[in-house]
Amino acid sequence: MSEEQLQRDFQSKLDAEIRIEPKDWMPDDYRKTLIRQISQHAHSEIVGMLPEGNWITRAPSLRRKVALIAKVQDEAGHGLYLYSAMETLGEPRSKAIDDLHSGKAKYSSIFNYPTLTWADMGAIGWLVDGAAIQNQVPLCRTSYGPYARAMVRVCKEESFHQRQGYEIMMELAKGTPAQKAMAQDALNRWWWPSLMMFGPPDKDSKHTAQSMAWKIKRHTNDELRQAFVDKTVPQGEFIGLTFPDKDLKWNEEKGHYDFGDINWDEFYNVIKGNGPCNKERIKARRAAKENGAWVRDAAAAYAKKKQNKSTEKAA
Amino acid sequence: MTNDLLKYVLRRADSELVLGHRMSEWCGHGPELEEDIALINISLDHLGQSRSLYQYAAAVDGEAKTEDHYAFQRNERDFGNFLICELPNGHYGNTIARSFFYDVHSLLFYERLVHSADKTLAAIAEKSLKEVKYHFRHSAEWVIRLGDGTEESHAKMQEAIDEIWTYTGELLTDDELDIEMNKQGIGVLNSSLKDAWYNKVEAVLNEATLKIPEGAYFQTGGKSGIHTEHLGYLLAEMQYLPRQHPEATW
Amino acid sequence: MSNTNDWPLWEVFIRSKQGLNHKHVGSLHAPDAEMAIKNARDVYTRRMEGISIWVVESVHMHASSPLEGEELYEPANDKIYRHPTFYDIPEEIGHM
Repeated sequence: MSEEQLQRDFQSKLDAEIRIEPKDWMPDDYRKTLIRQISQHAHSEIVGMLPEGNWITRAPSLRRKVALIAKVQDEAGHGLYLYSAMETLGEPRSKAIDDLHSGKAKYSSIFNYPTLTWADMGAIGWLVDGAAIQNQVPLCRTSYGPYARAMVRVCKEESFHQRQGYEIMMELAKGTPAQKAMAQDALNRWWWPSLMMFGPPDKDSKHTAQSMAWKIKRHTNDELRQAFVDKTVPQGEFIGLTFPDKDLKWNEEKGHYDFGDINWDEFYNVIKGNGPCNKERIKARRAAKENGAWVRDAAAAYAKKKQNKSTEKAA
Repeated sequence: MTNDLLKYVLRRADSELVLGHRMSEWCGHGPELEEDIALINISLDHLGQSRSLYQYAAAVDGEAKTEDHYAFQRNERDFGNFLICELPNGHYGNTIARSFFYDVHSLLFYERLVHSADKTLAAIAEKSLKEVKYHFRHSAEWVIRLGDGTEESHAKMQEAIDEIWTYTGELLTDDELDIEMNKQGIGVLNSSLKDAWYNKVEAVLNEATLKIPEGAYFQTGGKSGIHTEHLGYLLAEMQYLPRQHPEATW
Repeated sequence: MSNTNDWPLWEVFIRSKQGLNHKHVGSLHAPDAEMAIKNARDVYTRRMEGISIWVVESVHMHASSPLEGEELYEPANDKIYRHPTFYDIPEEIGHM
């Protein structure tokens, strides 16, 4: 079949909302874009374990402790589902992880902010997972089959994450003055970075148009951001917290909230590696890999020995 | 009688809590992503067991206590966990060795505790036993792979076994409370597990090409609240928020 | 950098309940089959999704090529005699 014909077949599948599967023909750039996006997504889950992992040993009740651990474990699981989807495109996980460790691959910049108090566990669950869900639900219909299926699993499991975060915030907001102040402070610090999670404004987003055409992405950054703000603001007001944005107000005419300008300088700086925790996060991931090398090697060596023994027996 | 039962339940709960807490420290730092997930599962099992036991303790205590009271409001000397549970994670081989020795004990302990005259303890034992079988499988498989893996891993694993061995004696001896609870048909004599424990440990270590340490002196004290220096730090970290905000709920 | 001791990739199939087929759910890395099954249990059945697990090392999976789709699958389209409704059974016989 000619390249042109293949391209036409590919496009007609997309038009008919038929999923692309691993062995189907696909344009090189489609494959590359997917590898970039899925691996970034997977890296975000894995690096995202660290800021929350930071509070596992200090969770203030046993119930909160097990919920937080289960949540962080889910993130590891989600990273794994996503790497697994990525590997169907022919990209080995070890290579993607090397790219993360060398700084070549990106991950969600929100995880480069420090988790300073227990309330940050609430804010992350409520806001960061809320924003992630906003981003992820449409990805359940993304055009690449393994990615879409991974996202279905992720979204199904993620539903408890935002609830556990909001519950933490709610409990703090109705607690002692010190607890309430802790909750407000966490909202103040996490609100703007959460809005940045949707990526640069549509007019500056270099990947959006092509990704939309390929149906990898189903909504623009600004659409998703607006939907998130509209959903989240009433939730915060309900528990008596104030958003750190004086321009935030309901716009009756548009049927949406207006909100202030996002500090994109900060965003690009964090992406470039200047966030408060960029170096620490990558260092922690690298250390895990390096410290675990002898363990992985041992298991691999043992498997080889066993295999040799069983071939000897067979011979 | 109530007091004895309470103490007996609490110290088992403490062991599960402290070990579960230690395992949770691995979260995000395991040697491979799959292993991270496995360690976290095991940590959650231990913590789940500790919660069941603390909740039962609260019922026995009858003073409107909660599970969190026992975990967050007691001091070092009140904790009755086995010393082995509080040892720092060290490298992966240390963590595996610690779990392995403890898992073999738990397996044998819960196998007998399911016959306890105390119905609640028997039920908790039954649920825990399913989990512990898996823990044992996990730690034993890793002892074998690290022991019989590379030269480096063999050396590291043997060193870990030797180092932690001194904390295993406590798993197999009884104090007055153990004896009393056993007399009442409620508890299990640790000393009755000794032969089975050695057999199981020996079988795995043999397969792993590792040696059982000889002529060691055994550390004890955990059950009577005489701990290693590590426990204080663990509790300081774990308890700081509820202690800083005594009037708060979370 | 990546080295040759990277654990191989395994495909995971899970039977969610008795009476159903094993279904492909994804993949993972493990040093050997025993560990692959253990890891699959931890990764893919955290919420009681399975009662039986198969793992197959990915290099041992062979797949048809989508471009051969026509040869492989279309002939089956006209072998309707493989389907029960091809056969007329008198109504009085009831369900067969």
